[in-house]
Amino acid sequence: MKLMTALLGAAAAVALAPMAFAEGHEGERGRDGEVKIIYWQAPSILNAYLSGGTKDSEAASLVIEPLARYDTEGTLVPYLVDEVPTVGNGGVSEDLTQITWKITPGLVWSDGTPFTSADAKFTYEYCTHPEGGCAQATKYEGVASVETPDALTVIVNFENPTPNPYGPFVGSEAPIIQAAQFADCIGARAPECTEANFNPIGTGPFVVTEFKPNDVITYAANENYREEGKPAFATVTFKGGGDATAAGRAVMETGEFDYAWNLQLAPDVIAKMEEGGKGTPVAGFGPLVERIMLNQTNPDPSLGPDERSVIKPHPFLGDPAVYKAMSLAIDRPLLVDVGYGQAGRVTCNWVPVPNIYASTTFDCSTQDIAGANAMLDAAGIVDSDGDGVREKDGVPLKVLYQTSTNAVRQDFQALIKQWWAEIGIEAELRNLDASVFFGGDPGSPDTFQKFYADVEMYANTFNGTDPQTYLGNGLCDKAPSPATQWQGENISRFCMEEFDALHAELANTADIAKRGEIAAKLNDMMVENGGMIPLVHRGRLSAHANSLGGVALNVWDSELWNIADWYRIGN
Amino acid sequence: MTETPLSMEEIAPAAPPRSQWADVWDQFKSHRGAMVGAYIFVFIVLMVVVGPWVYWNDPKIVPTGRDFLTLRDTRPIYTVLWEPGAKVNWLYPLGTDNLGRDMLGRLLTGGRVSLAVGMAAMILSVVLGTVIGVLAGYFKALDGILMRLTDLFLALPLLPLLLVAVLLFRDRLSGAFGPEGGTFILIVTLVGVTSWMQTARIVRGDVLALKEREFVLAARSIGTRPLTMITRHLLPNVMSPIMVSATLGIATAIITESALSFLGFGFPPDFPTWGKLLFDAVDRMELYPERVLWPGMMISLTVLSVNYVGDGLRDALDPRIRGR
Repeated sequence: MKLMTALLGAAAAVALAPMAFAEGHEGERGRDGEVKIIYWQAPSILNAYLSGGTKDSEAASLVIEPLARYDTEGTLVPYLVDEVPTVGNGGVSEDLTQITWKITPGLVWSDGTPFTSADAKFTYEYCTHPEGGCAQATKYEGVASVETPDALTVIVNFENPTPNPYGPFVGSEAPIIQAAQFADCIGARAPECTEANFNPIGTGPFVVTEFKPNDVITYAANENYREEGKPAFATVTFKGGGDATAAGRAVMETGEFDYAWNLQLAPDVIAKMEEGGKGTPVAGFGPLVERIMLNQTNPDPSLGPDERSVIKPHPFLGDPAVYKAMSLAIDRPLLVDVGYGQAGRVTCNWVPVPNIYASTTFDCSTQDIAGANAMLDAAGIVDSDGDGVREKDGVPLKVLYQTSTNAVRQDFQALIKQWWAEIGIEAELRNLDASVFFGGDPGSPDTFQKFYADVEMYANTFNGTDPQTYLGNGLCDKAPSPATQWQGENISRFCMEEFDALHAELANTADIAKRGEIAAKLNDMMVENGGMIPLVHRGRLSAHANSLGGVALNVWDSELWNIADWYRIGN
Repeated sequence: MTETPLSMEEIAPAAPPRSQWADVWDQFKSHRGAMVGAYIFVFIVLMVVVGPWVYWNDPKIVPTGRDFLTLRDTRPIYTVLWEPGAKVNWLYPLGTDNLGRDMLGRLLTGGRVSLAVGMAAMILSVVLGTVIGVLAGYFKALDGILMRLTDLFLALPLLPLLLVAVLLFRDRLSGAFGPEGGTFILIVTLVGVTSWMQTARIVRGDVLALKEREFVLAARSIGTRPLTMITRHLLPNVMSPIMVSATLGIATAIITESALSFLGFGFPPDFPTWGKLLFDAVDRMELYPERVLWPGMMISLTVLSVNYVGDGLRDALDPRIRGR
């Protein structure tokens, strides 16, 4: 493997030498030689439909493409079609049950055969086959049928009105696969087609030359790629494995690789690597928010298993003065600084992006310990027995504050515990192994769903750009309880009739501006009524070599979405 | 026969009779490694016991506001020797961590916990091991059962067992003794209960051999009861291996606690122990090597010194080696 990399490197150096003076990023296909990418999780398959792993769908995104994908802002851009269908341009029917895609004429697969609507229909059948286990089945959920009136038209019919019809064939997780290649791989036989799964034929800028599962993939430029002069690189070496630290070093300190994916490292560690001078970290912001969930139910250990964290109310967390003071006492800019650096931003919102859905109601960027204390005093929650902890109706404000084991989260816990101590709220800290905490095992008392604590901290996000399902996590009937085997996404057991009603309205609204308005209102309701305390809007941090141009970090789609536009900066 | 007492009187020294423990001490003193180990161990114990009372910084305080920025990530004061521009603060001799908590303070408080866990777990495991070993060695009927039990325990993997136990008992124990007390009891019990087997095997072996010796036969012939036999004749003779496994036990317990804390289990996250300090520091090892070095050195030093003391004790307690 090392020898091979070395040889490839040498070959690349030779190939690069005559182009040392090539300027700009226009020119013939393959002019810039080799680009090396490192993912610290190694891809094991190049078929996004057979793996839920980001690493796999991103590695495959160089080869197979969807009809449309999201750009860095989360806006849909057409890829294999001429325009994105909307209600406005007639592509989406008025009753929101049908979407019509018009494929760009003249597209061919990398083997030279024409790309047609039959391939899209086949992809739908492939993923929804009852005997097959499709990892991206949710993308095709609610689809009644896919019709192909002619070779360039794909009509998707939905069972119900779907305000957001951009699930099927959109984004790197729902690409189109070639019907001819996968024809015999349908249903239960899907995983057996090793050749097809490892070397898919695609429409993307690159084709697979060699795939070693869980190790390295080499690609070469697709000679039949639709755009002239792209991609700039003749070959891609995609190395998988190792850890985030090693990947970061390989790009920023030693310069062995050009692009490193998802560097979840402390800001000072990243800064140290950046001093190496070979590469630059880039941050992109999806909707991932680190937050403190406030338990609306009573987690008292003396309650029985059917009542603990099930019955309401919490002895004191439901009091607006308490949760507002808790939020006010937190110095969010400092948390960002300590934990995430440039991969974090202060947020007061549950849905921080895309901008059309984000609320601008709150400002929480300044810590105000005195204000928080005054708020509690005014509400009559005072320290009556002189032990430094306030009491509400005789119940001391002592909270059990749990989270998963993670260096940054433990730092946050220590800081927040100190700030809460200054407003007379005592926190007992607990950290749990992440695989247990997020494991969802109904038999374990330590899962985040069970919420056997007063407050807990974790991060959550949603896929795609539409927050409707995610906002549904605040619905009353989504609360985990023994009746649902502790499954459910409404972790804080938030429950408000107005919220449920407004969410139902969102599900029946197609107008994007109106949807944004409702989403922001739902967000405000949750935060204002003490369902959660948002802390940090977390981004994803990747790094690219200083000599690599054209990188635009995309958190809504594959990070390699625009690899066709990457180029080597001349030196 | 009649000449023997005479000759003994002739060679007997004029000094007053010496106790057994004085002999042990004499022998122990001559073991240089053991003495150095003992000094270091006593020093560490004194430091962590007295230190937090004398030392001026509270290890749990996280500075807030402006202080946070000035106090976080300070280096140990000796760093200025080779890096004159380093951020140091004379009030924080070993610097602070990334949240501005005092490192020396954390090291001292952390040592208290680590050592307390070590000692308590050691006592528990030695008591268990000795009782089981003696019973198995002395009473033939119990031998089979107890030794199979020992095998069973030897086969138990410690870490998974701990994880399950933490899950099962943590809530109840923290309810009764507070989160820190509960975890302490849990870890001590678990480490104790899973590390007595070596002691039991060694003690059993020694007891089996001693049982056949003439003095035991003599004692039995005058009607000594089993309990007296064990406490008067057997235990004093197996003291030497017990002491050794006791010292080794401290080391194992400290290391197990460190491993647990290192994995992120055990004590609450803001409660420093040496293992926890190591765990927290690993990410920034390159930037702040002292944060790894100090707790790592304390663990190594303690374990090493305790092992040397054990080595010296073994030599000193064995009358056949003594005097050589």
